[in-house]
Amino acid sequence: MDNQGIMAENQHKTDVVIIGAGPVGLFAVFELGLLDIKAHLVDILDRPGGQCAELYPEKPIYDIPALPVVTGQELTDRLMEQIKPFNPVFHFGQMAESLEKTAEGWRVTTDLGTVIDAKVVVIAAGGGSFVPKKPAIPGIDAYEGSAVFYAVRKMEQFRGKHLVIAGGGDSALDWTLNLQPLAASLTLVHRRDDFRAAPDSINKMRALVADGKMKLEIAAITGLSGADGALHAVALQSKEKGDYTIPADCMLAFYGLTMKLGPIANFGLNLHENLVPVDTEKFETATSGIFAIGDINHYPGKLKLILSGFHEAALMAQQAFRYVYPERKLRFQYTTSSSDLQTKLGVAQNEAA
Amino acid sequence: MKTLTLNVTNLDGTDHAVEALAGWQVMEILRDHGFPIKAECGGACCCATCHVYVAPDWVDRVNPMGEDEEVMLDSAMDVRENSRLSCQIVMTEALDGLHVIIAPNPE
Repeated sequence: MDNQGIMAENQHKTDVVIIGAGPVGLFAVFELGLLDIKAHLVDILDRPGGQCAELYPEKPIYDIPALPVVTGQELTDRLMEQIKPFNPVFHFGQMAESLEKTAEGWRVTTDLGTVIDAKVVVIAAGGGSFVPKKPAIPGIDAYEGSAVFYAVRKMEQFRGKHLVIAGGGDSALDWTLNLQPLAASLTLVHRRDDFRAAPDSINKMRALVADGKMKLEIAAITGLSGADGALHAVALQSKEKGDYTIPADCMLAFYGLTMKLGPIANFGLNLHENLVPVDTEKFETATSGIFAIGDINHYPGKLKLILSGFHEAALMAQQAFRYVYPERKLRFQYTTSSSDLQTKLGVAQNEAA
Repeated sequence: MKTLTLNVTNLDGTDHAVEALAGWQVMEILRDHGFPIKAECGGACCCATCHVYVAPDWVDRVNPMGEDEEVMLDSAMDVRENSRLSCQIVMTEALDGLHVIIAPNPE
């Protein structure tokens, strides 16, 4: 904060910072909001929903109370609607990287440099951060960051390169189309001659192949060769061609995302098999003011169900209130009868007029 | 219920015979016995982190692959002819003795 009391763009102060914007993190906003507690959320994905949005947006879920069937995306959309009255602030596309104690609570810093000061931290990180899947190619580590990449940060980096793109989904196809004009040569490698991507992209890619402007290899990637982090060739294998190599100096691999615990492992929370131990009264960790709810926590009898996470969020909020408003007395109220809660939700009878 | 046997070759090449129950996904049996699969999506054919190879003499005896599974294998590692997602194979008495080999899965 500067001396004017105005915060820099990437500096924030709030009551609670929630790490993870999956269903449980989202519902925590609701339970906290009913108690006048403001929240910011950090998530590595570029949208809310966590696993529901990334892994199974179209899959039906049958065990959400009172919703006989709901897809991962619908559940996310409904939670977003439910928490709208509380105006949560989202910090998407970034990973909570460090957690430090401050005089008033905690400071969470993300890998993009966003700093959030809060009285309470709620870890609702599910199975961890979604990060790109790394192909199981021997020796790939030696080329990561210099010749092998899992995302495109700057397109210019690939200008004039002999580029191999691996994968058969939208990311692989989109980057093939975007980078083909820049690259000296481009080869798309996929395990089968069928793609699950936007039909238009597939058609455009096939047209480029037909025009001899890029190559398509239906093959498995079996190895990389080069020296000192510089890639020279990619080894392929297919039924028709057997083992062969193609010259390349850069490779982009798009095999989807997987979950990794990431920096939370370094938050000093005495992890139990990559899970955060909590009590079952407040869902608080051994460190006061730090809570863990949803799939990431551990306690006797834990079930990794969305509904369990919702319950945990409600109990967490009760204790969070005591840290945020130590001078106030907590009043337990029902949304059905409390005009105070109804006002917060924007549904109070006398508000309509 | 009759206890069945699932034969598993782990990543390090060691062979294991584990108890299996009819009606369980092979993924669930592997996970319960601590084999290195992540099974992130919990058996919904959405993540490709329960990848196994089915031993050649069993390939024709397991239920055929669905289209969802074929597409999902696009994001698995080191996919071969006998690759399957273990959440898509359900143990039955006819599969007593099924042999699967754990495939590389993301760390």
